[in-house]
Amino acid sequence: MKNISRRNVMALLGAAPFVAAVAARAESPKPAPRAEDVTSRDRIREKHFPNVQLVTHEGKKVRFYDDLVKDKVVVINFMYAKCEGICPGITTNLVKVQRILGGRVGKDIFMYSLSLKPEQDTPEALAEYARMHKVGPGWQYLTGAPADLELLRRSLGFTDPDPLVDADKSNHIGNVRYGNEPLQRWAACPGMSKPEMIVESIGWLLPQGSRPSAKGEGK
Amino acid sequence: MANISKRDRTREKRSELAAKNRRELIAAGFKRRDLLKMGLLTSAGMLIPKSGLSARPLTSAGFVYDDTPQSRPTTPFVEEMPRLVEKPFFTSAASLTGPPPQVTPNTAAGESRTINHQILTGQPPQKYYEIHQKAFQAKSHPEFSQPSTLWGYDGIFPGPLFRAYYGEPMLVRHWNDLPPDGQNGGFGLNSTTTHLHNGHTPQESDGHPCFFNDRTHFYDHHYPNVLAGFQSTHPTLNAAGIPGDLKESMHTLWYHDHRFDYTSQNVYKGMAGMFNLFHKNGQYDGGDENSGFRLPSYPNFDVNMVFNDAVYDAQTDQLAFDLFNLDGILGDKMQVNGKVQPVFHVSPRRYRFRWLNMGPSRFYQFSILDPTNNTTKQIWQMSTDGNFLARPVKVDGVRISVAERTDVIVDFTGLAGKTFYIENRLEQTDGRGPTGKVLNPGQGTKVLKIVVDQPAVADNSVNFDTALASLPAGQPYFYGFPDTTTPIRVTRTFKFERNNGQWAVNGKFPNCLEPPRFAIKLNTAEKWIFQNNSGGWQHPIHMHFEEFQTLKINGQPPAVSGIVQAGRKDVLRLEHNMQAEVYFRFRDFKGLLPLHCHNVVHEDHAMMVLLEINDNGDLNPNP
Repeated sequence: MKNISRRNVMALLGAAPFVAAVAARAESPKPAPRAEDVTSRDRIREKHFPNVQLVTHEGKKVRFYDDLVKDKVVVINFMYAKCEGICPGITTNLVKVQRILGGRVGKDIFMYSLSLKPEQDTPEALAEYARMHKVGPGWQYLTGAPADLELLRRSLGFTDPDPLVDADKSNHIGNVRYGNEPLQRWAACPGMSKPEMIVESIGWLLPQGSRPSAKGEGK
Repeated sequence: MANISKRDRTREKRSELAAKNRRELIAAGFKRRDLLKMGLLTSAGMLIPKSGLSARPLTSAGFVYDDTPQSRPTTPFVEEMPRLVEKPFFTSAASLTGPPPQVTPNTAAGESRTINHQILTGQPPQKYYEIHQKAFQAKSHPEFSQPSTLWGYDGIFPGPLFRAYYGEPMLVRHWNDLPPDGQNGGFGLNSTTTHLHNGHTPQESDGHPCFFNDRTHFYDHHYPNVLAGFQSTHPTLNAAGIPGDLKESMHTLWYHDHRFDYTSQNVYKGMAGMFNLFHKNGQYDGGDENSGFRLPSYPNFDVNMVFNDAVYDAQTDQLAFDLFNLDGILGDKMQVNGKVQPVFHVSPRRYRFRWLNMGPSRFYQFSILDPTNNTTKQIWQMSTDGNFLARPVKVDGVRISVAERTDVIVDFTGLAGKTFYIENRLEQTDGRGPTGKVLNPGQGTKVLKIVVDQPAVADNSVNFDTALASLPAGQPYFYGFPDTTTPIRVTRTFKFERNNGQWAVNGKFPNCLEPPRFAIKLNTAEKWIFQNNSGGWQHPIHMHFEEFQTLKINGQPPAVSGIVQAGRKDVLRLEHNMQAEVYFRFRDFKGLLPLHCHNVVHEDHAMMVLLEINDNGDLNPNP
């Protein structure tokens, strides 16, 4: 046996404790699945939906995959409460989307906004942001440990390939990602697309017959 | 390994260190379970990409999320390059599954079309084709442990090859037999729209991104195969005996899915094929080397090659799609006609190759490499995007971005027993665009091996070395370009931008539900200015329905070379900080059309303008 001890391994890990912390927060330990048992849906989950713990703007503790994404139709974007750039415009836009979707938000279509500055964005700060923008019920704002939100941001593809731009939160990705998790149907559009078109795109996630009308659901 | 593009030295060092650390971990006898517990393995079983374990650098945030699948290494040049399969036709509509085609949409019978055929009765089809879009299994390399599930036209990839003729209208009925919801293997939408790139086709048959063909339904595409100008500027019969401007002849087209939001997924999954458009009776580009332009005869010496780069999950050898990528996807497996780095055997004579870059995002610069001394063998470039230059040009290589086509003549005369490679020498390390560096011959990626070991056969095709020498100065060998004398009615500027990851044109996004963003007056000419304001990204810009001529690139008329943007095209390769001016005429058919970036990842997020041609047009210079 070669001379690498657990101590050396921990030194490797120690060199980037951030990473260790991140890894530790990821999926609760379980035996690694055999390749033949893993479905494409599992692969998407493993790659993109770490089951980190988050807190909603109403103070509720949730697990990202288990509680927010699994078996659901979801609409996800990133923001932060003190953002003066694109967030207000996108939030206003998504509020219009929520109005068109009516009572379905929180019922069979789930909207989530994740914080890019979780160290600042307490649940209270997010609740205030939501109230200020007239966000309706059923749309959850989420914060948590910075390492977890960063992992989510990367896992969900809200990154810039240039590390310098990527580090500048005020210049963050303004897309909205939506998907039907059980159907493995995922797409994204600009957050500043017209609300009716965003609703249309959300509609394509659903089987025909259960799609929202771009003109509004009422309720 | 020939199948992975060269890394830089720093990365090499990191790679070696990482490999060393990994070996130590393995040698120490840590079980997978231990590694998982220590946070060194993801639950997918991959070593976490941290510094010291991966070749990829950490970001400034200290963590790299980097689970981009990398395919397993495969032995190159072991499998034959398939030839595309020609699609047979019916002469009677009665042979089609479903009701006979009709002008108004047959909604009751399951037709997805929502707009009347403009010219079905005026240009009645002489040939009928039926395509079934469906899932199927395919293995692109024999060393893969299992096939992947692809989606394709008639259950093959690439899809069947159409052999079409000007003056011979045709109708293609596409049945959507794709799997039910939930069976897409992780990507792909079972609602489609098929675009013939770049037919002069009425809008209802063009494959508009907002017109869908849903499962269990069919969509009839009427392709009149007419020359532009046929019912406007050139209504009288030309020398080929048909109406239209002969100089608007195109020859190498392709067809692919174009579904709003899901184009990149569906095309990557296999929904693409090619379409060869000839003139009848051996005239011009007639397919017979004994007449017309005397180009190598179809099908024996006229060879379609579809290039695409793909990634296969290293654990399962399944086709893997980078689902949440916004910038552009690069594959590490270079495929030709659906096979990874295959081999093609030729006779010692001239061949016509029709090259298509299917994407999703990579740019190529192909040369023919002679491996014995790492030199390039010159070739004749004949056309751009399926449109002949005035004369072919002798070049060292050709640059092809997504959706561009190039037809070349490669002459293997007297070279029996030799081996060549099609080599991609354009360096590209991420989906944004090539770095600009053209690698030296032999330093690039070999995509296809060509062995000159087939029997010697007669070659009656034109030899451009002698043919051009005897041509009077200024006279084209092919058609020459259409005139650009029709006065420009309006000049419009299109800025291709990236706003916080959102792909925009003039700051706006496409919307299927709104009226078109601007209108072109039927049978007029316009000048369009394309500007790349997106920083580090490059964009192949594509307009449906008509071909343009490039007036200027960065203020200068474009030179004709292997990197040519001169001539007639339908994809403008908008490189870093580039500004291009192009001249269009929009004739014969009114209706809705898109203008968009053909890096299909950008297209989906949503670098596209939905416009229309109508009777009045508008004069909006910044739509």
